[in-house]
Amino acid sequence: MNPGRSLKKAVIEQHSCVACGCCVKVCPRKAIEILGGIMARVNWEQCVGCGKCMKECPASVITIQEVC
Amino acid sequence: MKKKWYDFLWIASLIYLVLGFVNILFAWFGLLCFLIPLIISIAKGTKGYCNRYCGRGQLFSILGGRFGLSRKKDIPRWMKSKVFRYGFLVFFLIMFFQMLWNTYLVFAGVQDLKQGITLLWTFKLPWHWAYHGTLMHSGVAQFAFGFYSIMLTSTILGLITMVLFKPRSWCVYCPMGTMTQFICKIKNGKHIDQKSPVPTFRQS
Repeated sequence: MNPGRSLKKAVIEQHSCVACGCCVKVCPRKAIEILGGIMARVNWEQCVGCGKCMKECPASVITIQEVC
Repeated sequence: MKKKWYDFLWIASLIYLVLGFVNILFAWFGLLCFLIPLIISIAKGTKGYCNRYCGRGQLFSILGGRFGLSRKKDIPRWMKSKVFRYGFLVFFLIMFFQMLWNTYLVFAGVQDLKQGITLLWTFKLPWHWAYHGTLMHSGVAQFAFGFYSIMLTSTILGLITMVLFKPRSWCVYCPMGTMTQFICKIKNGKHIDQKSPVPTFRQS
């Protein structure tokens, strides 16, 4: 494991996601996509856990969590 | 990030709201906000309208974000529940069909044109200054008054929740958003494992 790499990632409470796409717009790493107009999904390989999506999400269904 | 043409659709939303004060017949353009999301969701199975083209969402983003008019607090849990979202959609549709019925009554000659708008489905306001007659049937104007009532009411609700909660809180319970997500669920639901846990993080 690379010790310098952040293991904080965005986690989406998918069943409450409204798929508005606000998170996609603010993600600086283009790590989020909307799956079939139903929910957002984070690509953890791209996510750096910056938390911009968490702040933006109008439904507040995104949290930043340690994922190791 | 370079802005695209659709990032400026908030201007169209703003102009739409202003035009409703000038000539009510412009309210007919609001049908685009109903039809485009439905067409995109039915034809493409995405919420492309919400994700990209919704001028109203952009307007709330700018007012609540850049202008700081939002408290940026979490929306209450009940407001993002499926019961509330689908309940509000059903209520909204009932009110929409009631508006269509009133329009029909004017077209049928049973009822006279009412030059006013109804805010929050309750408060009737005079709006005669925005009506300068029409070459068509007065039912055309009745629909415009009714439709603008819906658009202004939803804008007011959106502004209230923008101030109280996060800028785009309206997106959580927007009836069009709920409806297009429902259509996408019907179209794509079986292809996506909605009960799957969070995607596993592969360490490189």
